[in-house]
Amino acid sequence: MVRLWRSTVGKKAVMAVSGAGLLLYVIAHMLANLKIFFGARSLDGYGHWLRELAAPVFGYEGVVWIARAGLLACVLLHMTTAIQLARRARAARPIGYRHRRPVQGSYSARTMRWGGVLIALFVVYHVLDITAGVVNPNGVPGQDYRNVTASFGRWYVAVFYMLAVTALGFHIRHGMWSAFQSLGISTAKRRRALRAIALGVAVVITAGFLSVPIAVLTGVLT
Amino acid sequence: MRLTLRIWRQRGTSDAGELVTYPMDDVSPDMSFLEMLDVLNEELILRGEEPVAFDHDCREGICGMCGLMINGVAHGPERATTACQLHMRHFADGDTVTIEPWRARPFPVVRDLVVDRSAFDRIIESGGYISAPTGSAPDAHAVPVPKPDADTAFEAAACIGCGACVAACPNGSAMLFTAAKATHLGLLPQGQPERYSRAEAMVRTHDELGFGGCTNTGECTAVCPKGIPLDTIGRLNSDLLRGALRS
Ligand code: SF4
Ligand code: FES
Repeated sequence: MVRLWRSTVGKKAVMAVSGAGLLLYVIAHMLANLKIFFGARSLDGYGHWLRELAAPVFGYEGVVWIARAGLLACVLLHMTTAIQLARRARAARPIGYRHRRPVQGSYSARTMRWGGVLIALFVVYHVLDITAGVVNPNGVPGQDYRNVTASFGRWYVAVFYMLAVTALGFHIRHGMWSAFQSLGISTAKRRRALRAIALGVAVVITAGFLSVPIAVLTGVLT
Repeated sequence: MRLTLRIWRQRGTSDAGELVTYPMDDVSPDMSFLEMLDVLNEELILRGEEPVAFDHDCREGICGMCGLMINGVAHGPERATTACQLHMRHFADGDTVTIEPWRARPFPVVRDLVVDRSAFDRIIESGGYISAPTGSAPDAHAVPVPKPDADTAFEAAACIGCGACVAACPNGSAMLFTAAKATHLGLLPQGQPERYSRAEAMVRTHDELGFGGCTNTGECTAVCPKGIPLDTIGRLNSDLLRGALRS
Protein backbone atom coordinates (compact mmCIF):
# COMPACT_ATOMS: atom_id res chain seq x y z
CA MET A 1 0.00 0.00 0.00
CA VAL A 2 2.79 2.41 0.93
CA ARG A 3 4.59 1.47 -2.26
CA LEU A 4 1.41 2.04 -4.23
CA TRP A 5 0.93 5.46 -2.66
CA ARG A 6 4.51 6.37 -3.58
CA SER A 7 4.08 5.53 -7.24
CA THR A 8 2.58 7.99 -9.70
CA VAL A 9 0.16 5.31 -10.88
CA GLY A 10 -0.99 4.65 -7.30
CA LYS A 11 -1.57 8.36 -6.75
CA LYS A 12 -3.62 8.48 -9.92
CA ALA A 13 -5.70 5.57 -8.64
CA VAL A 14 -6.35 7.44 -5.39
CA MET A 15 -7.27 10.50 -7.41
CA ALA A 16 -9.62 8.42 -9.55
CA VAL A 17 -11.41 6.76 -6.63
CA SER A 18 -11.77 9.96 -4.59
CA GLY A 19 -12.94 11.73 -7.74
CA ALA A 20 -15.54 9.03 -8.28
CA GLY A 21 -16.84 9.60 -4.74
CA LEU A 22 -17.09 13.32 -5.37
CA LEU A 23 -18.75 12.74 -8.73
CA LEU A 24 -21.48 10.56 -7.17
CA TYR A 25 -22.12 13.30 -4.63
CA VAL A 26 -22.24 15.96 -7.35
CA ILE A 27 -24.82 13.93 -9.30
CA ALA A 28 -27.03 13.53 -6.22
CA HIS A 29 -26.61 17.23 -5.42
CA MET A 30 -27.60 18.28 -8.93
CA LEU A 31 -30.71 16.10 -8.90
CA ALA A 32 -31.70 17.42 -5.46
CA ASN A 33 -31.28 20.99 -6.73
CA LEU A 34 -33.99 20.40 -9.30
CA LYS A 35 -36.47 20.12 -6.45
CA ILE A 36 -36.41 23.91 -6.38
CA PHE A 37 -38.61 23.87 -9.49
CA PHE A 38 -41.33 22.11 -7.48
CA GLY A 39 -41.53 24.97 -5.02
CA ALA A 40 -40.16 26.02 -1.65
CA ARG A 41 -41.97 23.19 0.16
CA SER A 42 -40.34 20.54 -1.95
CA LEU A 43 -36.78 21.88 -1.51
CA ASP A 44 -37.02 22.82 2.15
CA GLY A 45 -38.83 19.57 2.88
CA TYR A 46 -36.02 17.64 1.24
CA GLY A 47 -33.46 19.44 3.37
CA HIS A 48 -35.44 18.60 6.46
CA TRP A 49 -35.82 14.97 5.40
CA LEU A 50 -32.08 14.69 4.84
CA ARG A 51 -31.30 15.97 8.32
CA GLU A 52 -33.80 13.60 9.91
CA LEU A 53 -32.61 10.65 7.83
CA ALA A 54 -31.85 7.66 10.12
CA ALA A 55 -32.03 10.05 13.06
CA PRO A 56 -32.84 7.26 15.53
CA VAL A 57 -29.54 5.60 14.64
CA PHE A 58 -27.17 8.50 13.96
CA GLY A 59 -29.06 11.38 15.57
CA TYR A 60 -30.35 14.56 13.97
CA GLU A 61 -28.11 15.57 11.01
CA GLY A 62 -26.10 12.40 11.65
CA VAL A 63 -26.17 11.16 8.07
CA VAL A 64 -25.38 14.64 6.82
CA TRP A 65 -22.25 14.81 8.97
CA ILE A 66 -21.15 11.34 7.92
CA ALA A 67 -21.50 12.40 4.30
CA ARG A 68 -19.58 15.59 5.00
CA ALA A 69 -16.75 13.65 6.61
CA GLY A 70 -16.59 11.33 3.60
CA LEU A 71 -16.60 14.27 1.20
CA LEU A 72 -13.88 16.03 3.14
CA ALA A 73 -11.74 12.89 3.01
CA CYS A 74 -12.27 12.64 -0.75
CA VAL A 75 -11.46 16.31 -1.26
CA LEU A 76 -8.27 16.05 0.81
CA LEU A 77 -7.07 12.93 -1.02
CA HIS A 78 -7.99 14.39 -4.41
CA MET A 79 -6.19 17.66 -3.74
CA THR A 80 -3.14 16.09 -2.08
CA THR A 81 -2.50 13.75 -4.99
CA ALA A 82 -3.19 16.54 -7.49
CA ILE A 83 -0.70 18.88 -5.85
CA GLN A 84 1.95 16.16 -5.51
CA LEU A 85 1.60 15.12 -9.14
CA ALA A 86 1.61 18.72 -10.35
CA ARG A 87 4.83 19.36 -8.44
CA ARG A 88 6.38 16.21 -9.86
CA ALA A 89 5.39 17.30 -13.35
CA ARG A 90 6.95 20.71 -12.85
CA ALA A 91 10.16 19.16 -11.53
CA ALA A 92 10.29 16.79 -14.51
CA ARG A 93 10.77 19.70 -16.92
CA PRO A 94 12.92 22.35 -15.25
CA ILE A 95 13.72 24.03 -18.58
CA GLY A 96 10.73 24.59 -20.82
CA TYR A 97 10.48 24.92 -24.57
CA ARG A 98 10.79 28.31 -26.23
CA HIS A 99 8.29 27.26 -28.81
CA ARG A 100 5.60 24.82 -27.75
CA ARG A 101 2.44 23.74 -29.50
CA PRO A 102 0.02 21.26 -27.93
CA VAL A 103 -1.06 18.71 -30.49
CA GLN A 104 -3.65 16.62 -28.82
CA GLY A 105 -4.56 17.58 -25.25
CA SER A 106 -8.14 18.79 -25.13
CA TYR A 107 -9.10 22.05 -23.47
CA SER A 108 -10.55 20.13 -20.53
CA ALA A 109 -7.36 18.11 -20.09
CA ARG A 110 -5.24 21.24 -20.09
CA THR A 111 -7.40 23.10 -17.60
CA MET A 112 -7.66 20.31 -15.01
CA ARG A 113 -5.33 21.96 -12.53
CA TRP A 114 -6.48 25.57 -12.65
CA GLY A 115 -10.07 24.46 -13.19
CA GLY A 116 -9.74 22.39 -10.04
CA VAL A 117 -8.45 25.40 -8.12
CA LEU A 118 -11.40 27.49 -9.33
CA ILE A 119 -13.83 24.77 -8.27
CA ALA A 120 -12.19 24.50 -4.83
CA LEU A 121 -12.45 28.27 -4.29
CA PHE A 122 -16.06 28.18 -5.38
CA VAL A 123 -16.88 25.33 -3.00
CA VAL A 124 -15.51 27.36 -0.08
CA TYR A 125 -17.75 30.29 -1.00
CA HIS A 126 -20.70 28.03 -1.69
CA VAL A 127 -20.47 26.33 1.71
CA LEU A 128 -20.25 29.71 3.46
CA ASP A 129 -23.21 30.92 1.40
CA ILE A 130 -25.70 28.05 1.35
CA THR A 131 -24.56 25.57 4.00
CA ALA A 132 -23.44 27.94 6.76
CA GLY A 133 -25.43 30.93 5.56
CA VAL A 134 -22.86 33.44 6.79
CA VAL A 135 -22.46 35.27 3.49
CA ASN A 136 -26.07 34.77 2.43
CA PRO A 137 -28.41 37.81 2.26
CA ASN A 138 -31.22 35.73 3.78
CA GLY A 139 -29.23 33.14 5.67
CA VAL A 140 -32.02 31.49 7.65
CA PRO A 141 -31.32 27.79 8.29
CA GLY A 142 -34.04 25.57 6.86
CA GLN A 143 -35.25 28.23 4.40
CA ASP A 144 -33.27 26.74 1.56
CA TYR A 145 -35.48 28.08 -1.19
CA ARG A 146 -35.29 31.67 0.05
CA ASN A 147 -31.58 31.40 0.71
CA VAL A 148 -30.91 30.20 -2.82
CA THR A 149 -33.09 32.76 -4.57
CA ALA A 150 -31.70 35.55 -2.38
CA SER A 151 -28.15 34.50 -3.21
CA PHE A 152 -28.73 34.29 -6.96
CA GLY A 153 -30.66 37.55 -6.83
CA ARG A 154 -27.23 39.16 -6.97
CA TRP A 155 -26.12 38.73 -10.58
CA TYR A 156 -22.41 38.50 -9.79
CA VAL A 157 -22.99 35.54 -7.47
CA ALA A 158 -25.05 33.83 -10.16
CA VAL A 159 -22.30 34.47 -12.72
CA PHE A 160 -19.61 33.12 -10.39
CA TYR A 161 -21.76 30.06 -9.82
CA MET A 162 -22.32 29.50 -13.52
CA LEU A 163 -18.61 29.89 -14.21
CA ALA A 164 -17.78 27.37 -11.51
CA VAL A 165 -20.24 24.73 -12.69
CA THR A 166 -18.99 25.15 -16.25
CA ALA A 167 -15.45 24.58 -14.98
CA LEU A 168 -16.83 21.55 -13.15
CA GLY A 169 -18.27 20.25 -16.41
CA PHE A 170 -14.87 20.51 -18.12
CA HIS A 171 -13.24 18.90 -15.10
CA ILE A 172 -15.64 15.96 -15.23
CA ARG A 173 -15.32 15.57 -18.96
CA HIS A 174 -11.62 14.81 -18.75
CA GLY A 175 -11.60 13.55 -15.17
CA MET A 176 -14.22 10.86 -15.50
CA TRP A 177 -12.67 9.22 -18.54
CA SER A 178 -9.22 9.73 -17.09
CA ALA A 179 -10.28 7.89 -13.93
CA PHE A 180 -11.23 4.84 -15.99
CA GLN A 181 -7.87 5.02 -17.72
CA SER A 182 -5.96 5.44 -14.45
CA LEU A 183 -7.69 2.42 -12.97
CA GLY A 184 -6.90 0.41 -16.07
CA ILE A 185 -10.57 -0.09 -16.94
CA SER A 186 -10.43 1.79 -20.24
CA THR A 187 -9.30 -0.42 -23.09
CA ALA A 188 -9.08 0.12 -26.82
CA LYS A 189 -12.58 -1.25 -27.25
CA ARG A 190 -14.19 0.70 -24.43
CA ARG A 191 -12.41 4.01 -24.90
CA ARG A 192 -14.82 5.66 -27.29
CA ALA A 193 -17.84 4.65 -25.23
CA LEU A 194 -16.26 5.76 -21.96
CA ARG A 195 -15.28 9.12 -23.43
CA ALA A 196 -18.80 9.63 -24.75
CA ILE A 197 -20.29 8.72 -21.38
CA ALA A 198 -17.97 11.16 -19.61
CA LEU A 199 -18.99 13.91 -22.00
CA GLY A 200 -22.68 13.09 -21.52
CA VAL A 201 -22.41 13.06 -17.74
CA ALA A 202 -20.50 16.36 -17.79
CA VAL A 203 -23.09 18.04 -20.00
CA VAL A 204 -26.06 16.79 -17.98
CA ILE A 205 -24.52 17.82 -14.66
CA THR A 206 -23.56 21.26 -15.92
CA ALA A 207 -26.97 21.83 -17.49
CA GLY A 208 -28.72 20.74 -14.30
CA PHE A 209 -26.66 23.07 -12.15
CA LEU A 210 -26.97 25.97 -14.60
CA SER A 211 -30.77 25.71 -14.63
CA VAL A 212 -31.20 27.14 -11.12
CA PRO A 213 -29.26 30.44 -11.41
CA ILE A 214 -30.69 30.96 -14.90
CA ALA A 215 -34.21 30.46 -13.55
CA VAL A 216 -33.56 33.00 -10.79
CA LEU A 217 -31.97 35.53 -13.15
CA THR A 218 -34.82 35.26 -15.63
CA GLY A 219 -37.45 35.52 -12.91
CA VAL A 220 -38.81 31.99 -13.26
CA LEU A 221 -37.95 31.45 -9.60
CA THR A 222 -38.54 34.26 -7.13
CA MET B 1 13.25 27.06 -50.51
CA ARG B 2 14.41 29.72 -48.12
CA LEU B 3 14.12 28.96 -44.43
CA THR B 4 15.09 30.66 -41.22
CA LEU B 5 16.28 28.14 -38.66
CA ARG B 6 16.34 28.90 -34.97
CA ILE B 7 18.46 26.20 -33.38
CA TRP B 8 19.21 25.54 -29.74
CA ARG B 9 22.97 25.77 -29.24
CA GLN B 10 24.50 24.56 -25.99
CA ARG B 11 28.15 23.65 -25.51
CA GLY B 12 27.68 21.17 -22.71
CA THR B 13 25.38 19.98 -19.97
CA SER B 14 26.21 22.85 -17.64
CA ASP B 15 26.15 25.56 -20.32
CA ALA B 16 23.06 27.82 -20.34
CA GLY B 17 22.46 27.56 -24.09
CA GLU B 18 20.55 29.84 -26.43
CA LEU B 19 18.61 29.87 -29.68
CA VAL B 20 20.77 30.89 -32.65
CA THR B 21 19.30 31.97 -35.98
CA TYR B 22 20.66 30.52 -39.26
CA PRO B 23 19.25 31.58 -42.62
CA MET B 24 19.14 28.78 -45.22
CA ASP B 25 18.92 29.87 -48.84
CA ASP B 26 18.77 26.75 -50.89
CA VAL B 27 16.78 23.97 -49.25
CA SER B 28 15.45 21.28 -51.56
CA PRO B 29 11.91 20.10 -50.79
CA ASP B 30 13.14 16.54 -51.35
CA MET B 31 15.66 16.68 -48.54
CA SER B 32 14.90 15.01 -45.27
CA PHE B 33 14.98 17.19 -42.20
CA LEU B 34 18.30 15.69 -41.13
CA GLU B 35 19.80 16.16 -44.60
CA MET B 36 18.85 19.80 -44.34
CA LEU B 37 20.79 19.95 -41.05
CA ASP B 38 23.72 18.16 -42.77
CA VAL B 39 23.80 20.93 -45.38
CA LEU B 40 23.77 23.55 -42.67
CA ASN B 41 26.60 21.77 -40.88
CA GLU B 42 28.70 21.64 -44.04
CA GLU B 43 28.29 25.37 -44.41
CA LEU B 44 29.18 25.90 -40.76
CA ILE B 45 32.31 23.78 -41.10
CA LEU B 46 33.38 25.71 -44.20
CA ARG B 47 32.90 28.92 -42.26
CA GLY B 48 35.01 27.48 -39.44
CA GLU B 49 32.11 27.33 -36.99
CA GLU B 50 31.05 24.44 -34.76
CA PRO B 51 28.51 22.19 -36.51
CA VAL B 52 25.18 21.56 -34.81
CA ALA B 53 25.22 18.30 -32.85
CA PHE B 54 22.16 16.12 -33.33
CA ASP B 55 21.47 12.41 -32.85
CA HIS B 56 20.75 10.07 -35.74
CA ASP B 57 21.65 6.63 -36.91
CA CYS B 58 19.46 4.61 -39.27
CA ARG B 59 17.72 7.55 -40.95
CA GLU B 60 14.94 5.21 -41.93
CA GLY B 61 12.66 5.59 -38.94
CA ILE B 62 13.51 2.41 -37.08
CA CYS B 63 16.31 3.05 -34.61
CA GLY B 64 14.86 5.83 -32.47
CA MET B 65 18.06 7.86 -32.30
CA CYS B 66 16.80 11.00 -33.98
CA GLY B 67 14.56 13.22 -31.95
CA LEU B 68 14.01 16.94 -32.36
CA MET B 69 11.40 19.34 -31.15
CA ILE B 70 10.45 21.00 -34.44
CA ASN B 71 8.31 24.12 -34.09
CA GLY B 72 7.15 22.89 -30.71
CA VAL B 73 6.11 19.44 -31.88
CA ALA B 74 8.17 16.32 -31.21
CA HIS B 75 9.44 14.90 -34.55
CA GLY B 76 7.75 17.78 -36.39
CA PRO B 77 4.43 18.35 -38.07
CA GLU B 78 3.84 14.97 -39.74
CA ARG B 79 2.05 12.33 -37.70
CA ALA B 80 3.63 8.92 -37.12
CA THR B 81 6.89 10.12 -38.64
CA THR B 82 10.36 10.34 -37.14
CA ALA B 83 12.41 13.48 -37.73
CA CYS B 84 14.67 11.54 -40.11
CA GLN B 85 11.66 10.58 -42.24
CA LEU B 86 10.27 14.09 -42.32
CA HIS B 87 10.78 15.82 -45.64
CA MET B 88 11.23 19.50 -46.29
CA ARG B 89 8.24 19.57 -48.65
CA HIS B 90 6.09 19.75 -45.54
CA PHE B 91 7.45 23.24 -44.93
CA ALA B 92 6.74 26.36 -46.94
CA ASP B 93 9.18 28.77 -48.52
CA GLY B 94 10.00 31.52 -46.04
CA ASP B 95 9.11 29.50 -42.94
CA THR B 96 10.86 29.98 -39.63
CA VAL B 97 11.64 26.64 -38.04
CA THR B 98 12.55 26.42 -34.37
CA ILE B 99 14.54 23.31 -33.39
CA GLU B 100 15.01 22.40 -29.75
CA PRO B 101 16.19 19.33 -27.86
CA TRP B 102 13.84 17.09 -25.84
CA ARG B 103 13.23 18.74 -22.49
CA ALA B 104 12.99 16.61 -19.37
CA ARG B 105 15.05 16.41 -16.21
CA PRO B 106 15.92 12.73 -16.78
CA PHE B 107 17.09 13.65 -20.34
CA PRO B 108 19.97 16.09 -19.76
CA VAL B 109 21.22 17.95 -22.82
CA VAL B 110 24.66 16.66 -23.79
CA ARG B 111 25.29 19.20 -26.51
CA ASP B 112 23.06 21.31 -28.77
CA LEU B 113 20.20 19.00 -29.77
CA VAL B 114 21.64 15.81 -28.29
CA VAL B 115 20.13 14.57 -25.04
CA ASP B 116 21.15 11.62 -22.89
CA ARG B 117 18.30 9.12 -22.95
CA SER B 118 19.96 6.43 -20.88
CA ALA B 119 17.14 6.88 -18.35
CA PHE B 120 15.16 4.66 -20.74
CA ASP B 121 17.83 1.97 -20.38
CA ARG B 122 17.40 2.14 -16.60
CA ILE B 123 13.67 1.49 -17.02
CA ILE B 124 14.34 -1.46 -19.32
CA GLU B 125 16.95 -2.88 -16.94
CA SER B 126 14.43 -2.85 -14.12
CA GLY B 127 11.95 -5.13 -15.85
CA GLY B 128 11.86 -4.89 -19.62
CA TYR B 129 13.00 -8.47 -20.14
CA ILE B 130 11.93 -12.05 -19.48
CA SER B 131 13.95 -14.45 -17.35
CA ALA B 132 14.24 -17.61 -19.39
CA PRO B 133 16.91 -20.25 -19.81
CA THR B 134 18.53 -19.60 -23.16
CA GLY B 135 19.63 -22.36 -25.46
CA SER B 136 18.65 -23.30 -28.92
CA ALA B 137 15.63 -21.40 -30.22
CA PRO B 138 12.34 -23.21 -29.50
CA ASP B 139 10.04 -24.11 -32.38
CA ALA B 140 7.96 -21.14 -33.44
CA HIS B 141 4.69 -22.95 -32.76
CA ALA B 142 5.74 -24.56 -29.46
CA VAL B 143 3.94 -21.90 -27.44
CA PRO B 144 0.57 -20.91 -28.95
CA VAL B 145 -0.21 -17.19 -28.81
CA PRO B 146 -3.74 -15.94 -29.53
CA LYS B 147 -3.69 -13.77 -32.64
CA PRO B 148 -5.20 -10.62 -31.03
CA ASP B 149 -2.59 -10.79 -28.24
CA ALA B 150 0.18 -11.27 -30.74
CA ASP B 151 -1.04 -8.26 -32.71
CA THR B 152 -1.31 -5.99 -29.67
CA ALA B 153 2.06 -7.14 -28.36
CA PHE B 154 3.61 -6.51 -31.76
CA GLU B 155 2.06 -3.07 -31.95
CA ALA B 156 3.61 -2.23 -28.56
CA ALA B 157 6.93 -3.78 -29.55
CA ALA B 158 7.14 -1.25 -32.38
CA CYS B 159 8.28 1.38 -29.86
CA ILE B 160 11.74 2.54 -30.88
CA GLY B 161 12.54 4.30 -27.62
CA CYS B 162 12.93 7.69 -29.22
CA GLY B 163 11.63 9.65 -26.24
CA ALA B 164 9.16 11.81 -28.16
CA CYS B 165 6.43 10.82 -25.73
CA VAL B 166 8.42 12.31 -22.85
CA ALA B 167 9.30 15.40 -24.85
CA ALA B 168 5.67 16.09 -25.75
CA CYS B 169 4.12 15.22 -22.39
CA PRO B 170 3.10 18.29 -20.39
CA ASN B 171 4.13 16.34 -17.28
CA GLY B 172 7.41 15.01 -18.64
CA SER B 173 6.09 11.50 -18.14
CA ALA B 174 7.57 8.41 -19.79
CA MET B 175 4.45 6.34 -19.26
CA LEU B 176 3.86 5.60 -22.94
CA PHE B 177 7.36 4.19 -23.36
CA THR B 178 7.16 2.23 -20.10
CA ALA B 179 3.70 0.93 -20.94
CA ALA B 180 4.76 -0.09 -24.45
CA LYS B 181 7.58 -2.21 -23.06
CA ALA B 182 5.44 -3.70 -20.28
CA THR B 183 2.60 -4.47 -22.72
CA HIS B 184 4.87 -6.02 -25.30
CA LEU B 185 6.10 -8.60 -22.76
CA GLY B 186 3.05 -8.79 -20.51
CA LEU B 187 0.73 -9.96 -23.26
CA LEU B 188 2.83 -12.89 -24.39
CA PRO B 189 2.96 -16.26 -22.59
CA GLN B 190 6.71 -15.97 -22.02
CA GLY B 191 6.17 -12.71 -20.18
CA GLN B 192 3.48 -13.97 -17.80
CA PRO B 193 5.56 -15.10 -14.79
CA GLU B 194 7.00 -11.61 -14.28
CA ARG B 195 4.00 -9.67 -15.49
CA TYR B 196 3.02 -7.95 -12.24
CA SER B 197 6.46 -7.56 -10.71
CA ARG B 198 7.62 -6.11 -14.03
CA ALA B 199 4.92 -3.44 -14.02
CA GLU B 200 5.73 -2.55 -10.44
CA ALA B 201 9.50 -2.41 -10.96
CA MET B 202 9.37 -0.45 -14.20
CA VAL B 203 6.98 2.16 -12.82
CA ARG B 204 9.06 2.48 -9.66
CA THR B 205 12.20 3.09 -11.70
CA HIS B 206 10.30 5.47 -13.95
CA ASP B 207 9.24 7.50 -10.93
CA GLU B 208 12.65 7.40 -9.26
CA LEU B 209 14.32 8.73 -12.38
CA GLY B 210 12.21 11.89 -12.05
CA PHE B 211 9.72 11.45 -14.87
CA GLY B 212 6.31 12.98 -14.15
CA GLY B 213 3.00 11.19 -13.71
CA CYS B 214 0.57 10.62 -16.56
CA THR B 215 -2.54 12.78 -16.76
CA ASN B 216 -3.99 11.01 -19.80
CA THR B 217 -3.81 14.03 -22.09
CA GLY B 218 -2.75 11.92 -25.07
CA GLU B 219 0.00 14.28 -26.30
CA CYS B 220 2.38 11.30 -26.32
CA THR B 221 0.34 9.13 -28.69
CA ALA B 222 -0.19 12.06 -31.01
CA VAL B 223 3.55 12.52 -31.59
CA CYS B 224 4.67 8.90 -31.24
CA PRO B 225 6.27 7.94 -34.57
CA LYS B 226 5.04 4.39 -34.07
CA GLY B 227 1.53 5.34 -33.00
CA ILE B 228 1.69 3.45 -29.70
CA PRO B 229 -1.92 3.77 -28.47
CA LEU B 230 -2.90 5.35 -25.17
CA ASP B 231 -4.61 2.13 -24.08
CA THR B 232 -1.20 0.62 -23.43
CA ILE B 233 -0.92 2.96 -20.44
CA GLY B 234 -4.28 1.72 -19.19
CA ARG B 235 -2.98 -1.83 -19.43
CA LEU B 236 0.14 -0.95 -17.44
CA ASN B 237 -2.01 0.76 -14.79
CA SER B 238 -4.20 -2.30 -14.59
CA ASP B 239 -1.19 -4.63 -14.19
CA LEU B 240 0.33 -2.41 -11.52
CA LEU B 241 -2.87 -2.09 -9.49
CA ARG B 242 -3.72 -5.76 -9.82
CA GLY B 243 -0.23 -6.71 -8.74
CA ALA B 244 -0.51 -4.44 -5.70
CA LEU B 245 -3.89 -5.91 -4.73
CA ARG B 246 -2.52 -9.42 -5.06
CA SER B 247 0.45 -8.97 -2.78
S1 SF4 C 1 6.29 5.19 -27.15
FE1 SF4 C 1 6.50 6.16 -29.18
S2 SF4 C 1 7.26 8.22 -28.71
FE2 SF4 C 1 7.60 6.99 -26.86
S3 SF4 C 1 9.67 6.19 -27.07
FE3 SF4 C 1 8.31 4.63 -27.94
S4 SF4 C 1 8.23 5.14 -30.14
FE4 SF4 C 1 9.06 6.95 -29.12
S1 FES D 1 17.62 8.13 -37.32
FE1 FES D 1 16.85 6.13 -36.81
S2 FES D 1 14.78 6.61 -36.43
FE2 FES D 1 15.50 8.50 -37.15
